[in-house]
Amino acid sequence: MTSPLKPPKKKDPQKRSIVPTLPPLGRSRAALGLTVAAAEGRFALQHCAECGTVQYPPRDACTHCLSVELDWRDTPTGGTVIAETRIHASPDPYFRERLPWRMGTVKLDAGPVALAHLHGDVGRGDRVRLSLHLDKAAQGVIVALPTERTDVMEDDPLMRSLTAHPRHRRILITDARAPVTLPLIHALQKAGASHVFVGEAEAWRRWPGRAAIAALENVSIMPLDVTDADSLQSLAGEIGGKTDILINTARFIRPGGVLGGDTVFARDEMDVNVLGLMRLAQSFGPGMAARTADGTNSAAAFVNILSAHALSPDPGYGVFAASQAAARSLSQTLRAEFSHSGLRMMNVYVGPTDDEWHQPLPPPKVTPAALARSIVDGLIEGLEEVYCGDVARDLAERWRRDPGVLERELTGGGA
Amino acid sequence: MKRQSYDGVVLTAPVTVPYVRYSQETAHWWIARALRGALDKAGMSPRELDGFSVSSFTLFPDTPVGLTQHLGLTLRYLDTIPMGGASSVVAARRAARAVQAGDVDVVACVAGDANRIDSFRRLLSSFSRFSMDAAYPYGYGGPNANFALLTDAYMAEYGATREDFGRIAVAQRDNALRNPDALMKKPLTMEQYLSARPVSDPIALFDCVMPCAGAEAFLVMRENEAERRGLPFARLDGTIERHNAFPDDPIQLRGGWAMDADELYEMSGCAPGDIDLMQTYDDYPVISMMQFEDLGFCAKGEGPAFVRGHDLTIEGDFPHNTSGGQLSVGQAGAAGGYLGMVEAIRQVTDEAGPTQVKDAARALVSGFGMINYDRGVCSAAAIISGGNA
Amino acid sequence: MSVLSDMALALASGSVRVVDLTHRLDPDFPVIILPPEFGQCARFRMEEVSAYDHRGPAWKWHNLTLNEHTGTHFDAPVHWISGRDVPNGAVDEIAPENFVGPVVVIDCSEGAAKNDDFELTPEVIEAWEAEHGPIPEGAWVLMRTDWSKREPIDYLNMQEDGPHSPGPTPEAVKALLERGIRGFGAETVGTDAGQGSHYTPPYPAHYFLHGAGKFGLQCLTNLDQLPPTGAILIAAPLKIRGGTGSPLRVLALVPGKAS
Repeated sequence: MTSPLKPPKKKDPQKRSIVPTLPPLGRSRAALGLTVAAAEGRFALQHCAECGTVQYPPRDACTHCLSVELDWRDTPTGGTVIAETRIHASPDPYFRERLPWRMGTVKLDAGPVALAHLHGDVGRGDRVRLSLHLDKAAQGVIVALPTERTDVMEDDPLMRSLTAHPRHRRILITDARAPVTLPLIHALQKAGASHVFVGEAEAWRRWPGRAAIAALENVSIMPLDVTDADSLQSLAGEIGGKTDILINTARFIRPGGVLGGDTVFARDEMDVNVLGLMRLAQSFGPGMAARTADGTNSAAAFVNILSAHALSPDPGYGVFAASQAAARSLSQTLRAEFSHSGLRMMNVYVGPTDDEWHQPLPPPKVTPAALARSIVDGLIEGLEEVYCGDVARDLAERWRRDPGVLERELTGGGA
Repeated sequence: MKRQSYDGVVLTAPVTVPYVRYSQETAHWWIARALRGALDKAGMSPRELDGFSVSSFTLFPDTPVGLTQHLGLTLRYLDTIPMGGASSVVAARRAARAVQAGDVDVVACVAGDANRIDSFRRLLSSFSRFSMDAAYPYGYGGPNANFALLTDAYMAEYGATREDFGRIAVAQRDNALRNPDALMKKPLTMEQYLSARPVSDPIALFDCVMPCAGAEAFLVMRENEAERRGLPFARLDGTIERHNAFPDDPIQLRGGWAMDADELYEMSGCAPGDIDLMQTYDDYPVISMMQFEDLGFCAKGEGPAFVRGHDLTIEGDFPHNTSGGQLSVGQAGAAGGYLGMVEAIRQVTDEAGPTQVKDAARALVSGFGMINYDRGVCSAAAIISGGNA
Repeated sequence: MSVLSDMALALASGSVRVVDLTHRLDPDFPVIILPPEFGQCARFRMEEVSAYDHRGPAWKWHNLTLNEHTGTHFDAPVHWISGRDVPNGAVDEIAPENFVGPVVVIDCSEGAAKNDDFELTPEVIEAWEAEHGPIPEGAWVLMRTDWSKREPIDYLNMQEDGPHSPGPTPEAVKALLERGIRGFGAETVGTDAGQGSHYTPPYPAHYFLHGAGKFGLQCLTNLDQLPPTGAILIAAPLKIRGGTGSPLRVLALVPGKAS
């Protein structure tokens, strides 16, 4: 049985914060497929395109027929633990700090045998559900979980290290006015967030809905404008040391393509959506990256919400899509920069949202509540790439299949 | 097709360079000392040597090619055996064939490794791609964790107890106390074994070898050459070698020996009952127990009963790892794969001194190597007998 | 010669004082908000280029982003459609003598305190003239509301039906133009009332003033330190090519204690 995680005590200011260490980082190129799947929360292994044999560990040729056509495919998650150990000694600094560490040998229903992290509620002889998670080194690892949900299973120290669960964490949402913010606060509080800071730009403009947020318990509205580096620096000085998860909801969007478009709007889109992300990362990122091993409420994730058209533009929102592509690119650089700390860089891709800027568009559109759920689910699962809603999932799928065809389809080339 | 014998080829000039826990010296230094020792024993100058077989994990950035120039050797046979615990058997059988065929006159088989502070961790981190991708990220327990899993599964499957494995470790310590070169100098009781601090359950401290620096060597040459030089020698009666046996076993409860043991005895013209002493590869007791089973000393799963029923010390009814084995002497990298062979040559040539088994005529040397991912991949074994047998 | 030397002496002695009517340019200072589908006024932003560091070891400086109409600013005739054909209607074309001139202050602070939508009407102008004499030709007319003393959120005073702040009625603007004024200035974010879009024509101050080639000043402060009459205003916009306005430092010369 997992013991419920206790709210952390206040930090002893005389103790040095624990410097984050990482589990082993090195991987072969083939093994990166595990990381890609883990980032999206899929359990995928290599399948031989010729004979169908499922391969593990990842490799370059089929262990059965020597075909080099190995495809990453979603794979049945069942398995049985056939051996287990509790490691009491490791030369690796990351694991040394977390001993004893449980792992085991799992025979997969799909065929191969995997060494896996064991959830505290499973052991030798148990049927398990296998899952791929990103570890602190941002690499995909296999975890053996109970087949049925057990009490507070997410509080298991292993799961805590593999996810960005909001429980007992302090979260900063950057734009109070974003439609997603209120349902997001509710979802985070339901998941156990201890405090939610909400950024408000231009406090000199009244806006509906402020009172509803201001009235919530354990929620503070703070001055924050992603276009103003000074405001970010001031706020980071105030709450940067206790921001465990940052969710960037700031977004500037106007319809329009390039020829009929407006460079003033374009500049705002770049300023808020691209440079805003950069400024946020510069002001809050280093502090968060230094606190990823800081106990129960350690810093865990930096969340960015992107239009799925970051992958391929909708010409009706062409300039906005350009800003999203740029923001996605920045997020990938940030992911590389954060990878040395164990801080997760999570992108949530969303299709057209049900708001004023997509009002004339036909459904399906993503409601603020659905987006909020996706964000919190992604944190709970510890994902780095989240697709919210059918449009985003469909677009990502088509993009993976053929970015060139997708571009032509979106620009009116498809029947 | 029936395999040809190794008639006319012998193993001789066994040398151990005493191990040390940590050393600033390089693998080159250790290998040079072992090679020099073997050549001195044979009365050969390095200029006369024309064959060299090397096993080492810590030569980087060199390979044995670099060693030829480094050590001033001019060779017509150069081999590198990267098979860890299986290295000595594999080195011997290949060298024997080359000598037998006349491709080379004398092959010096040498294994040696350095051990600086932290070099074990760094060695592990570059050990294999599957380990890097699929083993180390799971607790980084190294071989301890791998063998803990095998031990856990073996205990569950066959009802072995910690005490059964303890019998192997305790007997080896008894043997080691006679070996002045063993790193472990204190007696080990069963109680100490059972109460030792856990390393990776169910494995505890005395199930694990101590990494150290050291080197081992022997020479392979024609029998008449050994006689000419007045060297005691061992004949190679039979060998086997197997890699990645039983790949469909979900966990390793048997090794490649189980595929090839019958052939080993047939080639050697003997049976398990004819073996006077056995040198297993003992990086963990569980794997020695599997070697007893897979090499026919008892049936599969009867390893625990076997160790309960036999005395594994030098003077016992089943002398095993007479030098103390890696568990008590130390594991000097790839030299760990030579420890049993070099000791066996000494035993059957009556040169073992304080660890000598009385009337030791025939020895079985078994090797096991390379945890590539979840199990040891290489297995090998040889039966050798004294020149006067 | 003697006027200017007298002036220098007066400034040195304090018998003429300089009052700064300018707000600090600050990222948090409100700007006018239009419906979101329209282009928006850029907020003032400073981006550090270097600060005695690896980007410039011995110096500190910033890049600025702002609109012509950000902060305390000047409106030129070409700012409004009605003034687009006014000759020399852009800030770089306006003759410099226009930037220095007499100023009168109509104090509406009492009314504005009671009514966010307080209107400057011809009646208010006439009442002021009854007390202080006719508004001189060529004078700046500033409407004092003490709006500059408000909290930022009450300054723009945005409600669901738009902003609420004082300003002149169309009739009042026409009355001022009849008096030949140089321009009109306000403490609020625009020369027009917050609800100025509901007048006919909408935004009468902008419409009539600029159509007549007159100037506007907005986001002024410290108007309570000016006498109703007798001060001189210095309001020189940046010389921006074709500029419709400009942030600027607005100074008033007022009689000091010694006078």
